[in-house]
Amino acid sequence: MLNPPAIDIPLSDLPPGAAARVTSVSATNSKAPAEVSRRLAELGFLPGEAVRIVARGMLSRAPIAVRIGTGTFALRLFEAACIRVRPEQPQLP
Amino acid sequence: MDSAPSAVSPLIALVGNPNCGKTALFNILTGSRQKVANYAGVTVERKEGSLLTPSGLRIRILDLPGAYSLDPLTPDEQVTADVLLGRRAGESRPDFVVCVTDATNLRQNLRLVLSLKRLGLPMVVALNMTDIARRKGIVIDAERLAAELGMPVVETVGVKSAGVKSLLRVLSDKVAPQGQRPEVVWRSLSAAEIEHDQSEVRRILGVIGGDRLDGITFSDRVDALVLHPVLGPLILAVILFLVFQAVFAWAQVPMDAIKQGVTLFGEWVSAVLPASLLKDLLVNGVLAGVGNVLAFLPQIIILFFFILVLEDSGYLPRAAFLLDRVMGAVGLSGRAFIPLLSSFACAIPGIMATRTIQNPRDRLATIMIAPLMTCSARLPIYALIIGAFIPRRTLWGGLEMQGVVLFALYVAGVAGAMGVAFVLKRTGSGSGLQSLMLELPAYHWPNLRNLLLGLWQRVEIFLSRVGTIILALMVILWALSSYPAPPPGATGPAIQYSIAGHLGAWLAVLFKPIGFNWQISIALVPGLAAREVAVGALGTVYALSNTGEDVSGALTPLIAQSWTMATALSLLAWYVFAPQCLSTLATVRRETNSWRYPVIMAAYQFGLAYLGAFITYRAALWLGA
Repeated sequence: MLNPPAIDIPLSDLPPGAAARVTSVSATNSKAPAEVSRRLAELGFLPGEAVRIVARGMLSRAPIAVRIGTGTFALRLFEAACIRVRPEQPQLP
Repeated sequence: MDSAPSAVSPLIALVGNPNCGKTALFNILTGSRQKVANYAGVTVERKEGSLLTPSGLRIRILDLPGAYSLDPLTPDEQVTADVLLGRRAGESRPDFVVCVTDATNLRQNLRLVLSLKRLGLPMVVALNMTDIARRKGIVIDAERLAAELGMPVVETVGVKSAGVKSLLRVLSDKVAPQGQRPEVVWRSLSAAEIEHDQSEVRRILGVIGGDRLDGITFSDRVDALVLHPVLGPLILAVILFLVFQAVFAWAQVPMDAIKQGVTLFGEWVSAVLPASLLKDLLVNGVLAGVGNVLAFLPQIIILFFFILVLEDSGYLPRAAFLLDRVMGAVGLSGRAFIPLLSSFACAIPGIMATRTIQNPRDRLATIMIAPLMTCSARLPIYALIIGAFIPRRTLWGGLEMQGVVLFALYVAGVAGAMGVAFVLKRTGSGSGLQSLMLELPAYHWPNLRNLLLGLWQRVEIFLSRVGTIILALMVILWALSSYPAPPPGATGPAIQYSIAGHLGAWLAVLFKPIGFNWQISIALVPGLAAREVAVGALGTVYALSNTGEDVSGALTPLIAQSWTMATALSLLAWYVFAPQCLSTLATVRRETNSWRYPVIMAAYQFGLAYLGAFITYRAALWLGA
């Protein structure tokens, strides 16, 4: 195989600059209020949408700034953890 | 006249995602001057205006808070949903909806258009910010978009009136003078429906040629520095520091000019008028009081210049991003940052801006600490005392000592607020995780017209406060300080025998442990109504308690002579915490719908102020100040 099999990771684990696509959104963290995943969907975190990490905070690398489609949102880690993404393979030149 | 807006005029609602330019459009349509800035959640209430279409139809227009969906999570979104669904008491549902969209972010905005379409109200889409979109190379086929959506689409640019003409034309064609109001049924969208809407949006974007994602944008390049883990906080600190340096460094010349003017005017009045009650009122009551407050106008203008530039550029949400860890550590929502930052201008809009916070407990905690942010009304007091007691000296690195002390006072307010928030959140039951989900808008250069208009509004507000509440309180204070007249043969200044003098003597007992003399104690009382009044009150009290001639205006040298350094520092500490503003308490009562919270707020603030001033005074005495 040319590429390793793509696997889903939480958005909170995506390194800065890396591009990915959303695969699913759900309130995985039991402490996260139920409306979090719904609001994330309303903000545009929907399956198939392109995401990229714009910046991460200093300590414990939170919060994170995420480009979703053409908008940018700051998310806390527990919010980003609700979003599962599939990293995109870097484009070959 | 039939052109006056009436209940039977058709009602149009401006609806859209946050920060897409609804209020800018509203201002152009109605000639209003509602506040606009580059962050989500500037508008938190419904605002009404009216316009006359070219065909002569009078239309009422509602500007509604931005919303991401019609299933509200926050109190400001609730307003929008309630108005649209006709659930708001005493208000009819709009007859027509103008859905305002940001042409650079249709991917997000069109989902709301599709949701609104389900309401079945007659609708038009305003494609806003088309100028910015064009600059980014996004060309949208508006006719195709209209065909796909099945409703008119009009290109507009929120800050210019050109596109508004075509919007007006659509409104006069489509809005019936008094249309039937069809029933609206709304139910929440399921996750599947939201996903379905998004694929529909993607399809439409493909058709109209707007389906492209940005590469690295200008904002991304700025953010690489501004949001950098190390550089970002440094840049924030430098910006804040520059603001406080500028407040002192730039204001000196205009301040001196105003003081000079007031003094000259006072001397002229003294020379022209014969000794009389009127002269005493004018010189000691009005000029000594109002003149002293007026001198702080340049500093307030400088502070607001920076606040407005930061608001308009899109930097504020970035600052919220950088400080989110601090907010989280004391248990506050990341959303609390912008309301708290607004409170640096004035706590009242700050408290109203908490409507963008979804969790009621988080919102309450933010409301409770908002008055500890140093509002612009404290600036005259701080500047007066700093000007009198802190030497103008350049410290290492070219820093000006007065600016450093001012910065420290702001920091003290913030630190106090964080402490109170920490205690508040600990004492309540756990409220789980607090949300951030804050949009970081694209940067843009501050609009000069917007900036000047904003500054002018602040000048108007300040001058009208000086001309109304401050003037009135000064006259009352003058009267209370002049009557009853001293008994024959009295040796002290007349004020000691007056009502205010007796009150001051009584209060001075209470405030003696924190180093306040009776003059300060009197000035604190009218200062309860509005903070900057205390400066004017000190001016009047000292003018009246001085038996010599010519004291109008020159309050700074007077307090520099008569107070100790310990008293000055103690008063500064008092003002960091004290609840010296009745309108703030009234706003808290309105926003929380209860007397409980304003009472708790006033009590804890008085407690903190007394404690802070006591510790400061004792420490300063011990250090030999």
